[in-house]
Amino acid sequence: MTEVDYRKITLDGLWHNNQALVALLGLCPLMAVTNSTINGLTLGLATTAVLLLSNLSVSTIRHWVRAEIRLPVFVLLIASFVTATELVMNAWFHELYKILGIFVPLIVTNCTIIGRAEAFASRNPVPAAITDALAMGLGFTAVLTLLGALRELIGQGTLLSGAHLLFGEAARAWEFSAGNDFQGLLLAILPPGAFIGLGLLVALKNMIDKGVDMRAHRAEPSHCRTPPVISHS
Amino acid sequence: MASRLPAALRSALIAAAVLGLFAVLGSLLVGFSYQATAERIQQNEREILLAQLNAILPENEYDNDLLQDTLDISAPQALGTEHTRVYLARHDGKPVAMILSPVIAQGYSGDIALTLGIRNDGSLAGARVLNHKETPGLGDKIEVERSSWILGFTGRRLGDPPESRWKVKRDGGAFDQFTGATITPRGVMRAIRQALLWYRDRGHRLLETETMEEAHHD
Repeated sequence: MTEVDYRKITLDGLWHNNQALVALLGLCPLMAVTNSTINGLTLGLATTAVLLLSNLSVSTIRHWVRAEIRLPVFVLLIASFVTATELVMNAWFHELYKILGIFVPLIVTNCTIIGRAEAFASRNPVPAAITDALAMGLGFTAVLTLLGALRELIGQGTLLSGAHLLFGEAARAWEFSAGNDFQGLLLAILPPGAFIGLGLLVALKNMIDKGVDMRAHRAEPSHCRTPPVISHS
Repeated sequence: MASRLPAALRSALIAAAVLGLFAVLGSLLVGFSYQATAERIQQNEREILLAQLNAILPENEYDNDLLQDTLDISAPQALGTEHTRVYLARHDGKPVAMILSPVIAQGYSGDIALTLGIRNDGSLAGARVLNHKETPGLGDKIEVERSSWILGFTGRRLGDPPESRWKVKRDGGAFDQFTGATITPRGVMRAIRQALLWYRDRGHRLLETETMEEAHHD
């Protein structure tokens, strides 16, 4: 068995194969709950928790479950973990649970989770699977939180509103507000705002990647690994 | 050849058994989580409900168990829905107010569910929005978290403002509307007025209902 490259797994999850920006998976919850920073962060963390449990158990049982029933077993496990997560949220983060509503149980349909179980955890040892779950989950959470922050700031003129629902009463003071006079751009809070915001984030990531590529290209002209840069006028 | 069929069968049976085992494990996990959280979840829901009711009628104004002292009524004409729960608030056994939930108002994009408190003198103890589908940024100012508009109804009654002024300002009445949204506040205002009329004509009799305990002794 080859040595596990944790650095690569981490970078893939957070950046190169980011589930939201590159794989474009799990967009339904991503669009629906990112109307505030805290909502995005909470759903991201819940998804990460499920992903962690799912990768851990799938990797543990990978030698015992034969190929024909692999997928039904994964689905069973994921559904159980999501239901358990849902109950725990309902008990300890009741108000957030109410706000996120149907999107907590819908974590079960997030393709990222079955995708990582099938593509990674079922073929790799437990430590690697856990690293992958954390990296993928946090990469997804980061995009949800960032998109939520952008939409909340532009649409409502606040940041971290409702932080006390997740972090306790002390966090009430974290909320930033641009003042009551701030009108806000309604579009940002409405569903189209999610599409536009995500589009801009994907574009930003591609721009950064292209910039990095070009710099590497210039530094090392003989190294022609990268495809030719598409010209833009 | 004879050994092939049993082998295939054996393989299928093992697969089924493994799948069954995981189904049992999954159910156990869900079962245990449910056991561990059920009580807390129920407690949360009671607390949220009580907090909603106390926002309308302060805790110190009644001394009975509001969540137990309830009636289920149906007044679709006046309250907009077939099923409304009435919470009866009493102090020293005397009725002080009732809280109606839900009362349905017609909004711009569908039903708006309200909780209304009406004191025994016919004045509005308070109103809150339970849920709605109004446009974010426009009609959602009916939520107390977004604007204090709904608090403007507290203490109002039939006759205050006078009958002819129970309208939004655009219609020549006493109640504000919001910029860009008239239909939503108009709908909420109408539902409140309807409920107060219902109370005057019929609803007030419910206050005379005995408590559950006393009713059992009869």
